Amino acid sequence: MLILPSEITPREIFESRRKFIKLAAAGAILGPELALAQSQGGGLAKLAAKRNPAFAVMEKQTAYKDATTYNNFYEFGTDKSDPAENAHTLRTRPWTVQIEGEVKKPMTLDIDSLLKLAPLEERIYRHRCVEGWSMVVPWIGYSFSELIKKVEPTGNAKYVEFVTLADHQQMPGVRSRVLDWPYVEGLRIDEANHPLALLTVGMYGEVLPNQNGAPVRMVLPWKYGFKSAKSIVKIRFVRDMPRTSWNKSAPNEYGFFSNVNPDVDHPRWSQASERRIGEDGFFTKKRKTLMFNGYPEVASLYTGMDLKKYY
Amino acid sequence: MAFTPTPRQLTAIKSIAFILALVPFFALAYLVAADKLVEPLQYITRNTGSWTLYFLCITLAVTPLRRLSGWNWLLKLRRMMGLYAFFYALLHFTTFLWFDHFFDVQEMLKDVAKRPFITVGFTAFVLLVPLAATSTNAMVRRLGGKRWQALHKLVYVIAPLGILHFWWMRAGKHDFNKPILFGVIVLALLGMRAWWARRKVLT
Repeated sequence: MLILPSEITPREIFESRRKFIKLAAAGAILGPELALAQSQGGGLAKLAAKRNPAFAVMEKQTAYKDATTYNNFYEFGTDKSDPAENAHTLRTRPWTVQIEGEVKKPMTLDIDSLLKLAPLEERIYRHRCVEGWSMVVPWIGYSFSELIKKVEPTGNAKYVEFVTLADHQQMPGVRSRVLDWPYVEGLRIDEANHPLALLTVGMYGEVLPNQNGAPVRMVLPWKYGFKSAKSIVKIRFVRDMPRTSWNKSAPNEYGFFSNVNPDVDHPRWSQASERRIGEDGFFTKKRKTLMFNGYPEVASLYTGMDLKKYY
Repeated sequence: MAFTPTPRQLTAIKSIAFILALVPFFALAYLVAADKLVEPLQYITRNTGSWTLYFLCITLAVTPLRRLSGWNWLLKLRRMMGLYAFFYALLHFTTFLWFDHFFDVQEMLKDVAKRPFITVGFTAFVLLVPLAATSTNAMVRRLGGKRWQALHKLVYVIAPLGILHFWWMRAGKHDFNKPILFGVIVLALLGMRAWWARRKVLT
């Protein structure tokens, strides 16, 4: 069954339907099939997308519950359970993304136009956090290069800067001084153009839950997770390397590139291995981390660069 | 008149303290056994580290509390609290050797040498070992009160090392609220001692 993004049910109606479904389930009207379908995602609005086998790793997917209750999103608190607890205050509609800077066609797109900008694909990516844990997540979106094509960058556009929402009324963590808000991330233009760079609007067959960066985020599987900006409100094409949040906060620990690299340690821990959430336990060694997180196709972006220096 | 428990009351107080101090351990065991943790290895590491610091603070608080309240019997709880600090430190160290290095001692030692925050934490742990080993009455007698006391003043070094370890661990994320809190508490507990020692010299 294919559902167009424009057909996504508004939350209110959706929730009232869910209430009905729950009542119905309580009355044992519906069979076990429904329960099975629900266990895939979290009961948010479905998002139709064809799986792109070229971008789907054949590893066990992380449970939806783990992927949505254990993550970093400092705008909602610094504990990994904080985003899931606090992100319900985020309003994802209406939502607009302003695209500006060194482009011939600057534009402001609302979330519905973004959803329709290119066909949605499901891609199953490895996700490696700089802290040493990893997941496997089925994302939904399209290559960021599709958006780049639309706005036609000028020759001066050397970098892309992603600016994310920083509204202390919706995001309790923004009151803290952990980072310099808003959270800013960036890519070199050729990195941004790489087909792996995914402009992401969903996961596990549904729209993004608030705590995972709704309604629109980046996913860059060959880089540490923090490079993938969440809840994006502005995309700027710029001449100079953007000053990204973690790099500003601790430049010796978090470089601009932050490619997954088992040979370059974080000052306080080794990056040579990782723990896969939900799998690696007490009686096994941690698994080896792969160069570029197992995405060697990006290596050509960094030909001739000393990756120990440009970490 | 300060409260002084009867021997029976003291036994009861000690038993309660003994059980309470085990609550974090059993809570952790429950969370692991019931599969309640998303990343159990990291949780156990952090949790046992925190409890080591809590018990170090409690141990260091005994003398000032006793002086301020006149409750001399508090001294009878100090050894237990100190041993619990060692117990949680031992768990903390074991998680590091186990989860981070899967019992590869060579690799573990390389890590200790390479990363200052681990060097500091490891040093603090190693310094705790002789204190735990000499905690029995027999050892106090063997060493003699003076030498035993001198040895156990190592805790004045161990606690600040523990806090430095925690501080550096948090440094990358600029998340200093807890390290600052611990730092202030330990500074106050050690500061009171320094103040009293000075007054004693002057008078």
